Amino acid sequence: MDVRQLQRQWIDLISALFREGFLDAQFTQLQQLQDESNPDFVVEVVTLFFEDSERLLNDLCNVLSQQVVDFNRVDAHVHQLKGSSASIGAQRVKNVCISFRNCCEERNLEGCFGCLQQVKQEYTLVKGKLEALFGLEQQIVAAGGSLPMM
Amino acid sequence: MENVILEEADNEVLPMWPDNLMNAAEKQFNIETGADRDMLEDVTIVDDSSVADFKRLLELTSYSEKGSSQLAYLVKSWEYKQANAARLLNEELSILNIQRKETELKKLEIIEAHRFEQEKHAGNKRPISILEEVYDIWGAAPRRINDGHAFNKIITIDAEYNTVNYWKQRAIQLEKLLEESIQREQMLMQKLQDNLNNLQAQSSPVDELSQILKRADNYLHFILQTAPVVIGHQDKELRYRFIYNHFPRLGEEDIIGKTDTEIFTGLGVKESQEFKREVLERGLPAKREITFETELFGKKTFLIYVEPVFSKAGETIGVNYLGMDVTDQVIKREKMVKIREEIAVQKAKEKELNKTIHITEETMRAKQMLATMSHEIRSPLTGVVSMAEILANTKLDKEQRQLLDVMISSGDLVLQLINDILDLSKVESGVMKLEAAKFRPREVVKHVLQTAAASLRKQLTLEGHVADDVPIEVIGDVLRIRQILTNLISNAVKFTHEGKVGVNLKLQSEKYLSCSNGHDEILPAENCSSSLTKANSLKSKSCSNKGMLRSREDKEDNGYCKIATETASLASEEKQQPCEKIVLLHCDVYDTGIGIPEKALPSLFKKYMQVSADHARKYGGTGLGLAICKQLVELMGGRLTVTSQVNCGSTFTFLLPCKVPQKQAGSDDSDGESSMSHCEAKHDINLDVLNGSFLFKTCSLSNGFSLCGSPARKSNLLCSGTVSTSIAGNGLSEESGSDSYRCNEEAVSEVSQGSIQVNRNKSEILNIKEKEHQVNTDSFDVSIRNNSYSGSADKVAYPTCSPLGSIVEDNSYQIYESKIPGQHHTLEKEQNAQITSNGRSDFPKTGSQPKILLVEDNKINIMVAKSMLKQLGHKIDVVHNGLEAIYAVQRAHFDLILMDVCMPVMDGLQATKHIRSFEEHGYWDPSVTCSDSPTMPSGTKKCRKRKTIIAMTANAMAESVADCLHNGMDSFVSKPVTFEKLKECLQQFFPC
Repeated sequence: MDVRQLQRQWIDLISALFREGFLDAQFTQLQQLQDESNPDFVVEVVTLFFEDSERLLNDLCNVLSQQVVDFNRVDAHVHQLKGSSASIGAQRVKNVCISFRNCCEERNLEGCFGCLQQVKQEYTLVKGKLEALFGLEQQIVAAGGSLPMM
Repeated sequence: MENVILEEADNEVLPMWPDNLMNAAEKQFNIETGADRDMLEDVTIVDDSSVADFKRLLELTSYSEKGSSQLAYLVKSWEYKQANAARLLNEELSILNIQRKETELKKLEIIEAHRFEQEKHAGNKRPISILEEVYDIWGAAPRRINDGHAFNKIITIDAEYNTVNYWKQRAIQLEKLLEESIQREQMLMQKLQDNLNNLQAQSSPVDELSQILKRADNYLHFILQTAPVVIGHQDKELRYRFIYNHFPRLGEEDIIGKTDTEIFTGLGVKESQEFKREVLERGLPAKREITFETELFGKKTFLIYVEPVFSKAGETIGVNYLGMDVTDQVIKREKMVKIREEIAVQKAKEKELNKTIHITEETMRAKQMLATMSHEIRSPLTGVVSMAEILANTKLDKEQRQLLDVMISSGDLVLQLINDILDLSKVESGVMKLEAAKFRPREVVKHVLQTAAASLRKQLTLEGHVADDVPIEVIGDVLRIRQILTNLISNAVKFTHEGKVGVNLKLQSEKYLSCSNGHDEILPAENCSSSLTKANSLKSKSCSNKGMLRSREDKEDNGYCKIATETASLASEEKQQPCEKIVLLHCDVYDTGIGIPEKALPSLFKKYMQVSADHARKYGGTGLGLAICKQLVELMGGRLTVTSQVNCGSTFTFLLPCKVPQKQAGSDDSDGESSMSHCEAKHDINLDVLNGSFLFKTCSLSNGFSLCGSPARKSNLLCSGTVSTSIAGNGLSEESGSDSYRCNEEAVSEVSQGSIQVNRNKSEILNIKEKEHQVNTDSFDVSIRNNSYSGSADKVAYPTCSPLGSIVEDNSYQIYESKIPGQHHTLEKEQNAQITSNGRSDFPKTGSQPKILLVEDNKINIMVAKSMLKQLGHKIDVVHNGLEAIYAVQRAHFDLILMDVCMPVMDGLQATKHIRSFEEHGYWDPSVTCSDSPTMPSGTKKCRKRKTIIAMTANAMAESVADCLHNGMDSFVSKPVTFEKLKECLQQFFPC
């Protein structure tokens, strides 16, 4: 495919991500931090985020499926997830984390389950989108182009 | 027909109440006819409750107008009834007569018909009919009655004309009818006779009347039996003639023939008497509520109705009166009134409350809005601007640089605008807090003018004059005052094309404020260390924005000894003199600019208003500056006014009340002078402090300007450069360094003395003092160390924050060790900037790498922060929780710690507490002592130097920030950490 077309796709995709609130300005921060000395920074951080989040989500499932739910542990996990999602700018995940923590605070098990589902969903969504984005980036680079400036 | 009429007459039943009585009573008695008779029978009437003078009553009936008219009514009705009966009988009689006549007529016809028939049969013969005699017998009178009446009947008879038999039969039938008719007539005659007899037998009207009266009386008794009313009649002299009282307290003889006042005494008796008399005189009925308070029946309220009674001649002969006990109703009514009042009050309160709630909500919303604004707009924008500035220091060609210059200056403008809006909304939502700190008005004026001169791009003279009586130091929010001055001056400069812009500061008046209970009230800011710290950070933030204004100021403050001594003296004086003086500073900012048309003056201080759209186009700006100035001045309790003449210039005047610290109150006295003399003697610059006139002329735009990025920054740097040179020129030497050291020592001892004397509730102040102490010792270190190789005042250029000294010290170490190759470009650019602006090469050595520790448990956050710090030119160590951080601190030295607040094992707040505790006491809490730390340099002064700890908090709410500051953290960065926030925060502590 034409590099220009790929670039346009990339721009469309990322602006959609911002517009639909999947990402916020923090993601731009990450992009800014990426330079020649650290060309894969965004991918690295986001990959780390994926790994970390999957671990956290697993843990959350485990903790919440216990007979007696340790809300403090749930809260700690959600705090972590909130921190990481905020750091990479995964806004929607972060937002769900915020309500998740509120549920935790209220010891609202049902609410927690709901939030867990939501956060999983949001995570899967943003993961898919970001992977698509990175895929495009790879294609662009492979085609000899550079990422357009946002 | 006749029967029906008769029956009707018979069925006419007399009603229980005669018509006339009903009329007289004006239908007040709405009773069902029929049922009442039984009711009355059931009732036993208690006669003794009414006491009456019956003779008088009789008189009343016969002589009073009403009485007689009533009687007349009764008689009339009786007469009418009789007449009616007679009339009915007469009518019946006449009907019967008519019928009889008809019958006779018929008979005549029959006879004639018969005769005609006979004539027909007998021809000339004149037979004598049997009926002829009958005719004669029945006849004479009816014959006189006209025939025409019976004419129709004759015709019908003609039509039915038939045979002789038929006529015979018909005659027989008619005979029968006639007989019947005669019988009826006789019956009627009989009835009439009976009726006539009856009439005579009927009772006389008087009997009937008295019966009716009796009935009425009974009825009234029945009604009144349980009614709480008193009915009475009083004569012309208001003596009781009749009284009915359901609850009699007095015997008949006590009442009849006496007046009210004779019967009982007490409140209201006289009033009622007066009232009755009034009615008597005016002749009109009236009602009134009178409250009695008598021995007889206690306190009671009566509703009294008094009605005059007239004689037939129309004279008043007395009054009827009716009183009803309405005490309960009155009490209820009063209660109701009270309740209504209460309800009204409650409602008003509720309304007020709602209003307050509404206002509070609005304020909350405004605050929220503010927070949103600050986060959503400012941070990305600072990012843009600072990135652009970084970019400006990379290799660019001419065109790129020009573009970038435009970009940076517009960015600065937008940033300024946002800051303005935030300031404005801060003031409006009441978030804006004023600091109360000592400052020197002369210096403020001078610096503001200096700054303005530095950025001046036209040929203008800037002048300043401060009157001699203006105190050297006053207490106020210097930052805001400076903001006001800067705003006004830049405004003046903007609209002035030639001539001058000047500031004139003088004293309007002064007054003493008694403040026996100390500083706590007056300097609320000092009560709260956290707010002060916040304010400090704000100050330093704005100083980074405004291009190091603050640092210059401090430089010129010259000699920390002075601050220290003054602090010490203030501390001691707080106890000695419980009195404080307030001066009203009068400040004019005048120009010879384009002036303001009179019609624009009213809207001048309004938000977003400019004189005209034309001006806005020509001069730019947002129209917020003056609004902010005005609000700030008013927030400080002052007033901002303007006078102007078009094409001649404008003068903005503001009056500001400021407190004067004690020592300076008498700056003209020998006392004040001597207290400062030991410092002044050593520094010529103090002359400058007292000198009240400044003059700045713009020289042509020259030297390094084109070499640097942002024009604002350039000029500031230039400015600071010149200032520092002047200080150097004033001869701050190694000797002065050691002098200042000595001063410090003195100050420290004085501070500690002062601190000891300060009582408990001033412990916050004490903390601050100790911080200052820290500053002083730090700066001392620096100057000693650096004097050895530079001897320049620049070494003490950034002493605003305590950790600075250590940084500088560290830097110099590093510089001695080696010139690090490949320093980060940020650093290089700073070097360049400094070099070009003030032509010194030694300065940038202070900017080399500080050691930073990142304490964070989230891998992603670590990665991001690390990368950001790398871009900022910092390499960092990373640990993952508070405990690890403590171990790290025990093992090695760090200048700055970025501390996450929420962490497992040990959170940031606790770790900070431990570190601070170690810094203070020199030993670690046993719980956090690391057994395997071989190089634990406990107790050595070097390592106990206060580290800068910056909190990284996920929820940047006020509470958690306050927690951070309370636990000894110096500042905070809200999460998610952005490049700009981090940079801004670090800039507070590292002058890069």
